[in-house]
Amino acid sequence: MSTLTHLIKSYTLWEFLKAHALTLKYFFKPKVTINYPFEKNPISPRFRGEHALRRYPNGEERCIACKLCEAVCPALAITIESEPRDDGSRRTTRYDIDMTKCIYCGFCQEACPVDAIVEGPNFEYATETREELLYDKTKLLANGDKWERAIAANLEADAPYR
Amino acid sequence: MPKVTVDGQEIEVPAGATVLQACELAGKEIPRFCYHERLSIAGNCRMCLVEVKPGPPKPQASCALPAADGQEIRTDTPMVKTAREGVMEFLLINHPLDCPICDQGGECDLQDQSVAYGRGGSRYGRENKRAVTEKNMGPLIKTIMTRCIHCTRCVRFSEEIAGVDEIGALYRGEDMQITTYLERAATHELSANVIDLCPVGALTSRPYAFEARPWELKKTLSIDVSDAVGANIRLDSRGREVMRALPRINDDVNEEWLSDKGRYMVDGLTRRRLDKVWIRKSGKLAEASWDQAFKAIAAAKPGKNIAAIAGDLVDCETMFAAKALLGAMGSTLLEGRQTGMDYDVSNMAAVAFNSTFAGIETADAILIVGSHVRWEAALVNARLRKAVKHGAKVFVVGPEWETTYPATFLGEDVGVLGKLPKDVSDAFKGAERPAIILGGAALAKGALAPALAFADKFGLVNDGWNGFNVLHMAASRMGGLMLGYAQAGGIADIAAAKPKVLLSLGADEVDYSAFDGVLKVYIGHHGDKGAHAADIILPAASYAEKDGTYVNTEGRVQYAEKAVFAPGDAREDWTILRALADALGVSVGFDSFADLQGAMFAAVPALGEEGLADLGALPKGDAKAKADGVITYPIKDFYLTNPIARASAVMQQCSAELLHGDDLAEAAE
Repeated sequence: MSTLTHLIKSYTLWEFLKAHALTLKYFFKPKVTINYPFEKNPISPRFRGEHALRRYPNGEERCIACKLCEAVCPALAITIESEPRDDGSRRTTRYDIDMTKCIYCGFCQEACPVDAIVEGPNFEYATETREELLYDKTKLLANGDKWERAIAANLEADAPYR
Repeated sequence: MPKVTVDGQEIEVPAGATVLQACELAGKEIPRFCYHERLSIAGNCRMCLVEVKPGPPKPQASCALPAADGQEIRTDTPMVKTAREGVMEFLLINHPLDCPICDQGGECDLQDQSVAYGRGGSRYGRENKRAVTEKNMGPLIKTIMTRCIHCTRCVRFSEEIAGVDEIGALYRGEDMQITTYLERAATHELSANVIDLCPVGALTSRPYAFEARPWELKKTLSIDVSDAVGANIRLDSRGREVMRALPRINDDVNEEWLSDKGRYMVDGLTRRRLDKVWIRKSGKLAEASWDQAFKAIAAAKPGKNIAAIAGDLVDCETMFAAKALLGAMGSTLLEGRQTGMDYDVSNMAAVAFNSTFAGIETADAILIVGSHVRWEAALVNARLRKAVKHGAKVFVVGPEWETTYPATFLGEDVGVLGKLPKDVSDAFKGAERPAIILGGAALAKGALAPALAFADKFGLVNDGWNGFNVLHMAASRMGGLMLGYAQAGGIADIAAAKPKVLLSLGADEVDYSAFDGVLKVYIGHHGDKGAHAADIILPAASYAEKDGTYVNTEGRVQYAEKAVFAPGDAREDWTILRALADALGVSVGFDSFADLQGAMFAAVPALGEEGLADLGALPKGDAKAKADGVITYPIKDFYLTNPIARASAVMQQCSAELLHGDDLAEAAE
């Protein structure tokens, strides 16, 4: 019996037909892929993407050089140097993140007492050279300025759960 | 010896001990802020509350309660726990929540104890916090007085240890404010110790402000070289930079204090450094390579016409390596007393601080000859103050300086040693533990022999007591003398011997005009006077950049460890001397630091053992010995006595503001 079924299936190309039917079924179904650079998936407000240093609304940088992020970073990706600024306040003179070391665990933003360092929603920062991924303070502050609205919205959306 | 029970454990405590000490003896940790072993008891923070029976049914401050026989002390009851939580809650009503920007963060008593003994929250969240204005305490101490918890440790330190009423408290209760009187800078040489004493971040270090966090620093055990006391310090470094120096506890040497110079000259380690080889060509220094420098020295063909002068900051290993090199060349022209002193060193006990620093506290009559102790050894001055508090009488021969205890000045002429006024000789005759302290200025006037005669006359050496003390000023002095860095005629002998090559091991106080025409090779770390006079400069390591042995003025052998690497081309001194030996075609007999140390310990066994070296008995004095001349102290500026301090911006600022009265930049703000 099984030999007969096998013969019939072989000569009628049954499996081929079945496969084509499946293809045809998906052809008419809604698509799950998106046209990536032009379309994007929604992401969670807790998404941990590219880092940014934020500022207060009056333009003052938030970071106070407490070095807790540097201490908590499990990948030792953060390097900070600090000294008193001219007005006597405690500020960083150097705030570097080695994005090639970073493991995006988000501990830095959890440790930050002033919400200065955050991992923003941006994940599109691939570079052509390795050196471009060694972020310094200027780059991080520029990131903050650029993404402030999205970051603030995310923080607000996540605030009830903290 | 009262017997008490601490948490059910019965122990015997020394008479006069407090309940807190009894608990510590029993191994119980008692939280505290105001109590400090070396200060008087204030009992105002209330953190050390325990339950004591018999007594009123309430918690008692253990620091101020004497332990009595039969007391039953509990440190683990609910009552004690809630009492501690309550005190902590009160302290935190006014303490700001600024730990992230506070330099004390990570090494703060209040932080640690609020984690260990505090409540999770506060019932005073809505109260306003008290705000207090910043006070000016000078270039070393930064104040953020809102953080103050009124423990008054700083006030007690300046009154009791430093002996100057510089810091005090204004107003009462919650409104109390700690300040310097009239907001003048704290000027005492030990003033920066209040930073360590402060249990919170109210008094922090100004030069170190916001520089680093305690957890990112590498800690290295070292020895302070700013004076001959040899204070035990800990160098905290990050990367290649020494960030700060802190005192270590050593009851025999520095207790737990450190002079401001030893603490704050470390920023000089990164400034004005020699980090390249230089050779003088037609009067101008030009950069060169090590090979060229060694060839230039070999070209001078010194043979046995080579001499070495050791500076104030060098370690014994460097001096021994230079001695070995000179020995291989056939020379013994070694000298360490840079300013030309030529006192007799045939007996080492006659040039050491024999009473020991801890011992001088127990002296009951002290004659200081030619020593500005406050500047030459600030930590010894704190010991003298303790001696005076125990009833000692102090007399000083030399120009007047501001003592921190009652002292009688006997004139500036050292000749007074031979004809002491009657009240002075009476005081010494009646004394059980009389002592003399001879400073560098007195040695320069030839007072060593009359001082020995004085020691004989008044019985300074009796059973278990040796009151004859010489107080040196250079960290390398005792080590140098033990290694034979002394000529009978001092440095003049070296000049008279007309060497072809002079090795200057960081010697910056020498008058090099006596060595015109000699090839001067400076092996040192700072571009100071010695480097200016040199023909060839070989960059070497400072005390923080090499392992080394130091002997303090007591004859106490101590070892320091390497904290950071020397900058640029600079090398550890002994490697330079080893390479120089090759260039000169001689063998010095060591190829590694261990070999060198081994050879040194074999040559001078006393250096091989940490602790007080046995220097033998004091020689007999010559009763006819006389000296005269007006004493002038060699130190003109406490903050600028060595090349590291002179290169330090902080020390320059201290000198300008605290000694020369320049306006405070901070006060103007």
